[in-house]
Amino acid sequence: MKVLVPVKRVIDYNVKVRVKPDQSGVDLANVKMSMNPFDEIAVEEAVRLKEKGSATEIVVVSIGPSQAQETIRTALAMGADRGILIQHDAVVEPLAVAKLLKGVVAEEQPGLVVMGKQAIDDDNNATGQMLAALLDWPQATFASKVELTGEGANVTREVDGGLQTLSVKLPAIVTTDLRLNEPRYASLPNIMKAKKKPIDVKSPADYGVDPTPRHTVLKVTEPAKRQAGIKVESAADLVMKLRNEAGVL
Amino acid sequence: MAVLVVADHDNQALRDTTLKTVAAAQSLSNEIDVLVLGHGAESAAQAAAKIAGVRKVLLAEGEPLGRMIAEAVEAVIVPLMAGYDALLVPSTSAGKNFAPRVAAKLDVMQLSDVVQVVDAETFVRPIYAGNALETVRSSDAKKVITVRPTAFKAVAGEGGSAPVERLSASAEAPGTRFVNEEMVVSDRPELGAAKIVVSGGRALGSAEEFRAVIEPLADKIGAAVGASRAAVDAGYAPNDYQVGQTGKVVAPDLYIAVGISGAIQHLAGMKDSKVIVAINKDADAPIFQVADYGWVADYKTAIPALMEELGKSGK
Repeated sequence: MKVLVPVKRVIDYNVKVRVKPDQSGVDLANVKMSMNPFDEIAVEEAVRLKEKGSATEIVVVSIGPSQAQETIRTALAMGADRGILIQHDAVVEPLAVAKLLKGVVAEEQPGLVVMGKQAIDDDNNATGQMLAALLDWPQATFASKVELTGEGANVTREVDGGLQTLSVKLPAIVTTDLRLNEPRYASLPNIMKAKKKPIDVKSPADYGVDPTPRHTVLKVTEPAKRQAGIKVESAADLVMKLRNEAGVL
Repeated sequence: MAVLVVADHDNQALRDTTLKTVAAAQSLSNEIDVLVLGHGAESAAQAAAKIAGVRKVLLAEGEPLGRMIAEAVEAVIVPLMAGYDALLVPSTSAGKNFAPRVAAKLDVMQLSDVVQVVDAETFVRPIYAGNALETVRSSDAKKVITVRPTAFKAVAGEGGSAPVERLSASAEAPGTRFVNEEMVVSDRPELGAAKIVVSGGRALGSAEEFRAVIEPLADKIGAAVGASRAAVDAGYAPNDYQVGQTGKVVAPDLYIAVGISGAIQHLAGMKDSKVIVAINKDADAPIFQVADYGWVADYKTAIPALMEELGKSGK
């Protein structure tokens, strides 16, 4: 079974985001970029499926500028087999990404698509569900455990208040939550090997998709800052203040 | 314009999130219908009919809807949207699961986690884990919106008397079968809805210590228990305790952070709390920059002292 893993190049999760003074967006100049952490978990899950013999080939796809090739290389170094870059320099929204991925799915015919539940830049949490809708496939989002069962998969999902397990028929879309696995670091020999793995470069037009955004960003601002309050010195002081001053106890 | 709000409920009663999502809907329109999806959800539909300002309640029932299976939910909502200009869904795990599916079927780009309605086309939503807010205008004819409930003030749950209309629409999910559910059983309030939250961080050092320190304090003041991602990753607290960018976003009246340094990822999940208390022995911990009341102290001595102080006055 072929597994498709879409990955996104985003600002590294350890970087403190700065809003540009002209409110046009966040400052991405000279900022460290990495693979979206949830996508890393998706790549890891696919590699584990291959190691178990459940997956035969892992195809990684990214939509973004030419630098997104680095993100694909990272996935190849973790154990994916080949990459596809759909090169597009402007912003692409989840709906357009889902349409492009639908085109990739039509070409590649994967049995399973594993992808991050959300990108940590635009925080939409939408692409996987949208792709499932466009394909009319079952979806199992926010996965914390994936077990293949032959013609299906049992997926345990993190939901409000606990866990829910669904059984989905394949082909299906699985989106990853934080605790599905802990992604490996690529070893140096694997990083070297990844340089020789093929990456196909395509354009949105190759899939007949118009990637023009539906949303116009009018401005990006910093959220209201909380002011640091006062220091208390004892439990008695704290309880008194919470009762009398804040009125929350 | 007519808008449809999807209710969040437990089949018996509505959750607060529904009333907050109706509040968001009211900034768009006065023609608000509420859709109750479930299995044996008649009581929830009756409760929805009482919400002030609701025009009509639609009730669709079936086994997959009782589990909020996304494909079944999509099958009910998409045909209904012919009669509505906007769909508003609370940003719960169920809402986040099905709303984008509906959006894609309608060929519209979803507005995720909206925290402010500027006008019928323009919305404010957090990006980068709440470290920035973007104001976006949607050019789509219909809007599919997930609403961050903590950003809106609940409307009155009483005073309305809307008619309840039962839908006969079929809701199938042929490719998906519910297997089981393991819900955390607890006498404590639910993390997302609690008035007080006590959270523990990595400083606690072990699962035993977390249980011995954080939980009794929470129980003493009727609080829900939360944790930082560091504490969850270290195995001190279960997954569903996690407050933060990738966990739950909470905004209680009182948030007490114990031994939490205040990573960006954690602050994103709790900085809208009304009052924040931080207890940490490191005076330079970033959590103190957002805390209304900071107490530089080792939790090992601070929490017992706090318990004693709370006990003194009968709490």
